[in-house]
Amino acid sequence: MFQETVSILHSAQVAENVYTLEFVSERIAHATLPGQFLNLKPDDSFDPLLRRAYSVHRIREDRIEVIFNVVGKGSRILAAKEPGDPLDVMGPLGVPFHYEGEYGTAILVSGGVGIAPMPILGDRLLALGKSVVNIHGARTAGMIANDGRLTNPIFATDDGSLGFHGNVVGALDAWLHDHGASNVRLFACGPNRMLGALGEYCNARGLPLEVSLECQMACGIGICQGCPVEMATGNRKYTLVCTHGPNYDINDIVLDSIPSVH
Amino acid sequence: MPGCIVVRFLASFPIRQSQRHSSLVASTEITIRNVTFKNPVLTASGTFGYGLECESFVDVAELGAVVTKSISRKPRDGNPPQRICETTGGMLNSIGLANVGVDVFLSSKLPLLRERNATVVVNIAASSVEEYCYVLERCEEHEGIAGYEINVSCPNVKDGGLNFGTHCPSVAQITRELRGRTSKMLAMKLTPNVTSIAEFARACEGEGADAVSCVNTFVGMAVDIHTRRPKIATITGGYSGPAIKPMALAKVYEVRKAVNIPIIGIGGIMNAADAIEFLVVGATLVQVGTALFVDPAAGTAIARGIETYLSEHGMASVRELIGSLDTSMQPSLIAAGWG
Repeated sequence: MFQETVSILHSAQVAENVYTLEFVSERIAHATLPGQFLNLKPDDSFDPLLRRAYSVHRIREDRIEVIFNVVGKGSRILAAKEPGDPLDVMGPLGVPFHYEGEYGTAILVSGGVGIAPMPILGDRLLALGKSVVNIHGARTAGMIANDGRLTNPIFATDDGSLGFHGNVVGALDAWLHDHGASNVRLFACGPNRMLGALGEYCNARGLPLEVSLECQMACGIGICQGCPVEMATGNRKYTLVCTHGPNYDINDIVLDSIPSVH
Repeated sequence: MPGCIVVRFLASFPIRQSQRHSSLVASTEITIRNVTFKNPVLTASGTFGYGLECESFVDVAELGAVVTKSISRKPRDGNPPQRICETTGGMLNSIGLANVGVDVFLSSKLPLLRERNATVVVNIAASSVEEYCYVLERCEEHEGIAGYEINVSCPNVKDGGLNFGTHCPSVAQITRELRGRTSKMLAMKLTPNVTSIAEFARACEGEGADAVSCVNTFVGMAVDIHTRRPKIATITGGYSGPAIKPMALAKVYEVRKAVNIPIIGIGGIMNAADAIEFLVVGATLVQVGTALFVDPAAGTAIARGIETYLSEHGMASVRELIGSLDTSMQPSLIAAGWG
């Protein structure tokens, strides 16, 4: 992992309350694997004090992109960054998705800003020769960045304004009905309620599901011990999302033990 | 106290740069009892793990010392989520002394710290006097520990010390029992959540403590007004960060007037200027805590910043700075960057 001050290359609003930042870091770009995250310092003041943890969204050559909602002071400052602005970045952090293995099709399910780790994961999976489908849900069409950043996307909206009318579990069910459920593996990121519903659906059908958790962190590197999630398996009661996660088999953790940030 | 630097107020000690030898490299060494710290900047317990997690960012040998996460007799899982939240200029934590336990610390963490030439101060937490003694005695069996800091002040667990830390006879008893069991540096970490911290510092001094660490976190609270729920699971937690610095400085000032033993100043130190404030008020060493969550290399950067300050002000040693608070003149705002 590295800590460096980069220069903002590009910033944009890509959907309703959805923002992206792009910057260049050769070291971090080359070291990052899908599912890992960065810890960004919004500015050099003490308010906000702590870094903000964001999944790496996309990497193109040495360019790194993150995507986020504005939910408070830190993300508001980050969303206002302009090209040329400095940004203190730490990363890559966390354990990547466990995407190696024998399976044919990867189904990437995301809700809202849970879209974050899916483009980099999709790119990697395609390079590994997997088939990739993205199922991405939001409340409305306006909240979806429908600009080609997802591989083979199926959209689902609560109000039916784009794609499947319903949630991502319904859209997944429809897709599996048409394409079959053999030789698939699922990766998901989104609100805890979505992950919980998806977990029930997958467990009922014996489908492997790995989820990427979001939780508030102070340090992102295991020293503050502030981001535990309860374990459902093993000898330890808690695992730290920053250093042992954020990507877990849904059945290894107690999802309800952490508050949903979404 | 044999071998101990006795620091008294060096008040009314105006520094005139022109009179000093500014070309010399200032000494930042500090000795307390039989431990020589290469600089006065330590990591605060619970903010730097076991000193091994940040190797990508910092060489632990460059720190004055690594103060470990609180070590208890048995491993502790810690408190349930949510354990932290950010507040204006600070943060609340309720970690609950999650740690690997003394056996694992001694077998798998301490040897690695020794390999890295870290000066190691073991912070000990316990729920009984016997447990404090047990953990210290286990540590005494091992080489490579410079001294101890005793956490009698964790605000976040029912059995984690604060019930001791707010009861002066208990703090005195723990100090006495541990003093009888080690010839190494013994520092007692005090809570600010008492009416008179000076009384506790005097008790520690009276029972042979080599230093007092001032201060642990302030009890704090934050509420989510949308759900009307507390923002951390234990409802109240330990408040740290730059927001507490003025309160922590006032506690150090209070203790400085009460005891002769060294003070380890802690509370919201984010940069060298903050650390220097603590030294001027009378701390002999400082600990950097919450700042490490933002920048794991903050400790070494602050140590370098102090060295630069000493050179720029023509001081030969950091000891010239300690307790040099000048209260004889009008308060000074301009040089502090007012405006």
